[in-house]
Amino acid sequence: MISADLNIILPEIVLALYAMGALVGAVYTGKDALAGLLTWATALLFVVVGVWIGFSGAGDREAFDGMFQDDSFARFAKVIILWSAAAVLAMSQEYMQRRGILRFEYPLLVVLAVVGMMMMVSAGNLMSLYMGLELQSLALYVVASIRRESSKSTEAGMKYFVLGALSSGLLLYGSSLVYGFSGTTNFAGIIQAAGEGHTSLGLLFGLVFIVSGLAFKVSAVPFHMWTPDVYEGAPTPITAFFATAPKVAAMGLFARVVHDAFGGVVGDWQQIVALLSLLSMYLGAVAAIGQKDIKRLMAYSSIAHMGYALMGLAAGTEMGVKSMLIYMAIYVATNIGTFAFILSMERDGQPVTDIRSLNMYSKREPGKAIAVLILMFSLAGVPPFIGFFGKLEVLRAAYDAGLAWLAIAGVIASVIGAYYYLRIVFFMYFGDEDAEGLDKNRSPVLYGFLMASAAVLVFGLINLFGIEGPATIAAASLVN
Amino acid sequence: MTIAALAFYLFAICVIAGGLFTVISKNPVHSVLWLILAFLSSAGLFVLLGAEFVAMLLVIVYVGAVAVLFLFVVMMLDVDFAELKAGMAQYMPIALLIAVVLLMQFGLAFGAWEEAEQAEALRQAVTPEGVENTAALGLLIYDQYFLLFQLAGLILLVAMIGAIVLTIRHRRDIKRQNVLEQMWRDPAQAMELKDIKPGQGL
Repeated sequence: MISADLNIILPEIVLALYAMGALVGAVYTGKDALAGLLTWATALLFVVVGVWIGFSGAGDREAFDGMFQDDSFARFAKVIILWSAAAVLAMSQEYMQRRGILRFEYPLLVVLAVVGMMMMVSAGNLMSLYMGLELQSLALYVVASIRRESSKSTEAGMKYFVLGALSSGLLLYGSSLVYGFSGTTNFAGIIQAAGEGHTSLGLLFGLVFIVSGLAFKVSAVPFHMWTPDVYEGAPTPITAFFATAPKVAAMGLFARVVHDAFGGVVGDWQQIVALLSLLSMYLGAVAAIGQKDIKRLMAYSSIAHMGYALMGLAAGTEMGVKSMLIYMAIYVATNIGTFAFILSMERDGQPVTDIRSLNMYSKREPGKAIAVLILMFSLAGVPPFIGFFGKLEVLRAAYDAGLAWLAIAGVIASVIGAYYYLRIVFFMYFGDEDAEGLDKNRSPVLYGFLMASAAVLVFGLINLFGIEGPATIAAASLVN
Repeated sequence: MTIAALAFYLFAICVIAGGLFTVISKNPVHSVLWLILAFLSSAGLFVLLGAEFVAMLLVIVYVGAVAVLFLFVVMMLDVDFAELKAGMAQYMPIALLIAVVLLMQFGLAFGAWEEAEQAEALRQAVTPEGVENTAALGLLIYDQYFLLFQLAGLILLVAMIGAIVLTIRHRRDIKRQNVLEQMWRDPAQAMELKDIKPGQGL
């Protein structure tokens, strides 16, 4: 019994053991001298485990009395999480080493955070959900303030911690109400208890609290306040990490809770998620316009993108989940490229995040400027690039589910949001000639990731790299 | 009114009063003491529910360790709490408004509390007949909830790594004790004997 269960969670066990072994090994030998090596080894391990999970075959299994679900949905999300975390680690090694903030604990905390994320997307019980969430969040709070001599980084960690703790409280309170209603914390039991047409007020309260707690984690408006400050204050590689893997995990968890546990009362959460989506899209689009710091701008951009992903979720259908998964995959691919570029922005060896430093960038480095142009167009959703297809899928899912008003609002928001993405392109190609520009950065890793990401966005439009098939299977395994 | 009901109301009032005064008392040390009262009373509530183990855990962990640690931090750190609370009066009206609205909504929810029909059958961890509360909890944690127990361990590991990463400083400019060096030191290394002739000096 237990060996069969352990067999199912083998990837998580391998990662956790690796983290513990590497921790002990590094403490007793080289300490921070091993940090660079550990970062690369961890990235490699993530890729290998990602491939392992991706090819571990079809079929839905569950372990520990349904506490851990291993289905296509979980595997799809885990592969994205692992690969994006690997990419961020690979990008961050040189940047952090050069600035003396690469400590050997950093890759290990990322491993533990990833284990938490894998638990989140596989959760089949309110308790395992909370455990995964806390494991992830706690590791993220620490890495946010890992540059402890910088007051901004400490502030970022502190803000994230206090607001994260508040959201965990909301989530737990909601869970206790749901438990009080249904007598069980198992999703399979909750859906059974909450299945029939009439919804009790207590269950509704629990649902609202749980959704609020989860909205904090995906930084959906009105629970987004921490995002810009944390993105701006944390060291840039950490920001890149925040913008990718945890977002996928939180979105996966969101989808799992609303479908696995509350799949019988779609009408009750649909309106909440639709409202969250609407507010996120508009706030993300409008508030980003005045930003001068590119990291803050990316924070608002990620809020807006979460709005679109939530729109897919709000549809409450299999197609909605599928479009959400595709949207998240595209979002992660684009963000990795964008942050590879932000990491390479520097002047006299110091990192620069002011947007106006991009003035006439196309003159200095035409190749990279074109790659950034592609990324920005894709983020804005301009047609030939795959960002457009991601948005299209989501809008179509919302429209098919009878949320035409939301789809129309989404189109308008994306037009507003296009302004600030295009402003970056404007600076690069038609900006001020005399302004002080950026130095040339010759990091092959960052250059590689930027170019690879741009290439993905261009060539992906042929068939989205066949991601549609797995996403369809994943969505089917979750919704049915 | 039975003794149990009386005890329930006593503890419940103490929990609420403790929570309230934790927030509004001026002196931070008093705040912590009120917090301890809230913890103790909720431990009493757990005893009334028949969950003695959780009650004792609350007393030992929260009152014994966490609250006392709080007390030390509050007393040792020179934080001006009055200044921190200065902005509170400004937001008080809106906070009160939200609190009243929330309270009324909860009144609605709890007043008409209903369980799902299957809730009784779905109950997850029913204490088996003839097994003590603490023993039943042990069976649950180490057997059925094995996964959660291990995950809790991982979370604590992260907390430990985090505390060390954020606070440890490797200082190179201080002298450290080297025990082996001290033990290997003998009179031959440490002392030099000089035979000083009278009236000449060294």
